[in-house]
This record gives sequence, structure tokens and C-alpha cells, in this order.
Amino acid sequence: MPDFSFQLRQVSKRFVKAKETITIFDKLDLDIPLQDYVAIMGPSGSGKTTLLNVLGGIDHVTSGEVLFNGARVDTLNEGQLSRWRAANIGFIFQFYNLMPVLTAAQNVELPLLLTKLSSKERRRNVAVALDLVGLSDRSKHYPREMSGGQMQRVAIARAIVSDPKVLLCDEPTGDLDRTTADEVLGILALLNREHGKTVIVVTHDPEAANHAKRTLHLNKGVFVERTKLA
Amino acid sequence: MNQALLVTKNIGRRKLRTCLLLFAIFIAFLLFGALESFERGFYAGQNSAAADRLVTVNKINFTVPLPISYVDRIRDLPGVTHAAPQSFFGGYYQDPKNFVFMFATDPEAYLSVYPKIVLPPAQRAAWLADRRGIAVGRIVANKFHWKLGDHIPISSTIYSRADGSHSWDFTVDAIINLPEDSQRESIVLMHHKYFDETVTFGRDTTSMVVLTTAAANRNDAIEKQIDTMFANSPYETSTDTAAAFNKAFVGQFGNIALIISLVVATSFAAILLIVGNTMVMAIRERTREIAVLKTLGFPGPAISAQILAESLLLALTGALLGLGFAGLILKATEKFTESFVPGMHMTAGIFATGIGWAVLLGLVTGALPAWSGLRLRIVTALGRR
Repeated sequence: MPDFSFQLRQVSKRFVKAKETITIFDKLDLDIPLQDYVAIMGPSGSGKTTLLNVLGGIDHVTSGEVLFNGARVDTLNEGQLSRWRAANIGFIFQFYNLMPVLTAAQNVELPLLLTKLSSKERRRNVAVALDLVGLSDRSKHYPREMSGGQMQRVAIARAIVSDPKVLLCDEPTGDLDRTTADEVLGILALLNREHGKTVIVVTHDPEAANHAKRTLHLNKGVFVERTKLA
Repeated sequence: MNQALLVTKNIGRRKLRTCLLLFAIFIAFLLFGALESFERGFYAGQNSAAADRLVTVNKINFTVPLPISYVDRIRDLPGVTHAAPQSFFGGYYQDPKNFVFMFATDPEAYLSVYPKIVLPPAQRAAWLADRRGIAVGRIVANKFHWKLGDHIPISSTIYSRADGSHSWDFTVDAIINLPEDSQRESIVLMHHKYFDETVTFGRDTTSMVVLTTAAANRNDAIEKQIDTMFANSPYETSTDTAAAFNKAFVGQFGNIALIISLVVATSFAAILLIVGNTMVMAIRERTREIAVLKTLGFPGPAISAQILAESLLLALTGALLGLGFAGLILKATEKFTESFVPGMHMTAGIFATGIGWAVLLGLVTGALPAWSGLRLRIVTALGRR
């Protein structure tokens, strides 16, 4: 079994805007071991969100290789990437991105519609995921009936319900107060520690980075500092 | 939960908009169902005319009568199998509003020209033997609650009797049951002899001669033969197939089919724009959600299928309601309409055609949003660059 979740090899990302080629990062190398908890920090425009997009297979690299569990994912087509994401990646967004017309349980169940699980099995998995984030009693509530922290916990439940190996989090505490943010970060730490999930968090929040095992500082597409926390 | 629930949840997220859309589709298909049924009833005679049946009328137009002797002369032509006079009586029952499509004819000859009219032997014998007898179409009998043996006074808007009255007494001797030809079920037939004996003008004439030929492929030759025979006489004729005659007859009222097609096409074009535009707006509002679904691993074709399912469900629901309501209205008004447009009801064919149009409407209005959903780039939609 490979030792790494992700490996980036000489990865470059450029795009053209108003006839000008903009380089987000150039020949970037990065290894993220299995069960790592890594925070990626950096100023706005440093390329951290684009890096997360590349890792999640929702954006393509201009050159270089992206490997997941030792296999290249940058060469997959859209259909293959969809299946790969569904099987391996859980996404957590800053603004939760829940479906307003669905209840908490139905939102959590969404990724399971892509599996062959029976309705009963899906309901059981949803219950486990909601229990893990402490929202069993909110399963029938709609997003509009919940606080920001509760919605983010539903989003975490949705991200973990299909048991992915990696959680990609984009500013997961960016819209939360300190207490709620700490609760969410505690859940992410638990998922890493107890459930062996590889957690990659893009954040501006030093407190969020403190929960990670290590922090990468990205500036102008280059890792300028790698901090290993005790 | 399943993807079908997701589709219905998305449709129901803006209830007022969905209701207005459904109402617009409902109206379009209500119009379609009612007008198509009307058109079908209106052209029923044209469509039910036998291929070997011809109609001879005065060359001037069919309101100018022909001598009754023409019937025998036409019957004697080679290739003509049967011929019968048919004079329009212009009848009504009790009140001019209760219009009755009534014709004077030679009963035996008429039944030979229309062999599909099969009367029970006792009724046939009674009608043939009774000069005051009438054969009544089932629709007319039901409308006025006439039964066999009833004595019925029927007045004419055209003819009068020697005593100045406009009313004739008849006995219902036979009921015409012919479900596949609603036009025959909407008429009343009287004896031409009784008509001739009692009217004050128009004796020894007939409005038209209906005839059958030995084979449809001889129609052209026989038409020419008849019209040539009476050429240069005071009563020149024009002979055509029954289908062509019926078509020309309804053509007097204008090109109904074209008018109906234009009305239906206009309403459908309006609906296409309304539903299409609304679907595009609805999907645009959900761009971010679609991007999230794609991020979770929903493939593009599955997203497109969901969007198409939404537009199809909307179109089909509206169409079912519209066609169903049209059917109910036609059923409820059948008693009033069957005298004028017999057979004006929702048929399985019209219903199936309506559903076909609804499927097309759903696919066309959903196509652009579905294509947008398929092509949507996650990073762009989520504003992640």
C-alpha cells in the first residue's frame, strides 16, 4: 500500500485572463502522507484554493503529475474524475453549500445516491454520520432552520458519509464564531485521529492551522515555510 | 431519498412560479384538447365517407335542387350500384334552437347507399312500411329522449304545408346505431314520398343524389358520365366523391383545420418561450448547487437527466391536467355540442398526441438548461478562482 495520499510532481497551473498568462504555481512538489492533517495557509491569491481544487480533481493542472495512492489522477477524464471523487474525496466548503430543499438527513444522503447501497443501508450510514457530528436530533431539519455551526456539521457529515479517504476543507471555519469554529475543528481532528482520514485544510485562521499536524505556507505559488507542530 | 425526490423537491422550491408555469401549460393543452376534438368532430363526415360513395348536386350549388327523376337516371348508369335522393328538411323540435339535421330520402335506397346502417329487421320493416315514419340517429334520440313508437312533431325552417303550418307529425320507427360514424347518428331520415306529398314547393326535386359505385377506381369515369349526361340541361350537375363533397361543405366555414393549427401552434410557441425561459432562469439560480452536486461526484449526464426530468415532469403534469380537464368539459357539454359537431370528444388518439407534444415540450425546454448543466465547470460555478 502506498505511503502517500497525494503526491504532486512538478505541478504547474496557469491560465489566461485578458490575454495575459497568469501563473498560479510553477513546478510545485508536494507529498501528503496517509492520515496526515495538513493546513495550507497563505495570503489571498497565493494559490491555495487552486491547489485544493487540483487535489480534489475539480480543476486541471497545466503540467506535472498528480498522484493519489500512487495512481495518476490528472490524466482522468470528467466521468472518471466524478467516480474518483465520489469514492475517495469528501469536500467541506466555507459556506456549507447544503441543498436548501433537502433536510439535514437528505443532504447527508446525497453522496450515497451514487453508491449501490440499499435504502436501508443508506439510512443507517446517514444516522451514523449525523451521530458522529452530534446532530442526530436535527436530521429532519432544513438548512434554514439551523445555525451556521450546525450547517457546517451537516456538511461534514455529508463529506464523511461515504467513508472517503480524504477530506478537503476550504476555509471550514471562515463563516463561524470562535466557539463553533473550535467545535468543527475538533470534529475534523477526531476524524483524522480516530478514523484515519487524511485532512487537508485551506485556511486563513491560525487557530484552525493549530489543529493540523503541520502547516504549509504558500505565497505566489511557492511553499515558503513548512511548519511541523508538536 | 432518491433522485426522483430531488427532482420533485427542486420543482417545488418556488411554489408560485411552478403553479404559474403549470397553469400556462394547462391552458395550452386545454386549448389543444378542445380544439383538436372539435376539429375531429368537424371533419368526421369527411373522414368516414366511403371511397365508393359519390354525391351529385346542382352545378350552381347544393342549395339549388335537382329533379327527382335524376335519381333513376343516375341509378341506371352502368357502374352505379345504388342511388338515393337526399333533401335537406331544415327541421327543429319544439323550438328553433333544437335544430335537427333532417333529410327526406327513399329509405330502402338510402340504406343501400349506406350499407353500414344496419337496422334491426323489425324496425327496418316498420320504417319502410310507414310513410310518416322516421329513422332517428342515436345521438338525436338520446338528446330529445325519443323512443321507438313516439309520435313526434317536427317543424321546418324552410318548408310549409298546404294548411300554412310548418309542423309535420312523425313516428319514430327506427334508431340508427352506428358508433363508428357519429354523423349518421346525428341525423333524422324521413320518407321522400311523405315530404313530396305535403310541402307547398320543391316537389319532385331533391337537394342531392347520393350513390355508390361498383368500385372506387371507377369513380372518376362515373362522375364524368353523370355530369356529361346532364350537361346543357336546365339542371346541370356536379358530381364528386362524398369525402370531397364533405370537405367542400365544411370549407364554407373557412379552413377550420388551419385556424385550429394556428391557434394551437401560437399557444405552444408562447408556452415554449415561457417554460424554456423559466427553466433557464431556474437552473441558473441553482448553478452553485449543481456545481456542488458535481463536486460530490454526480456525473454531468446525471445532472442533465435530472434537469430534463424536471422539465418533462412539469410539461407532463400540465398536459395531463389540461387534457383531462378538456375531456371533462367536452363530456359535460356533449349534449349541447353533439347536434352541431357530433363526435366532438377526447379520443385516445388526441390524448396520446397531446402527451407526445408534452414530451417534446419537456425535452425542448429542458435541453438548453440540461446542456448548461452538463457543461458547467465546477470551479467557475463555485467562484473558486
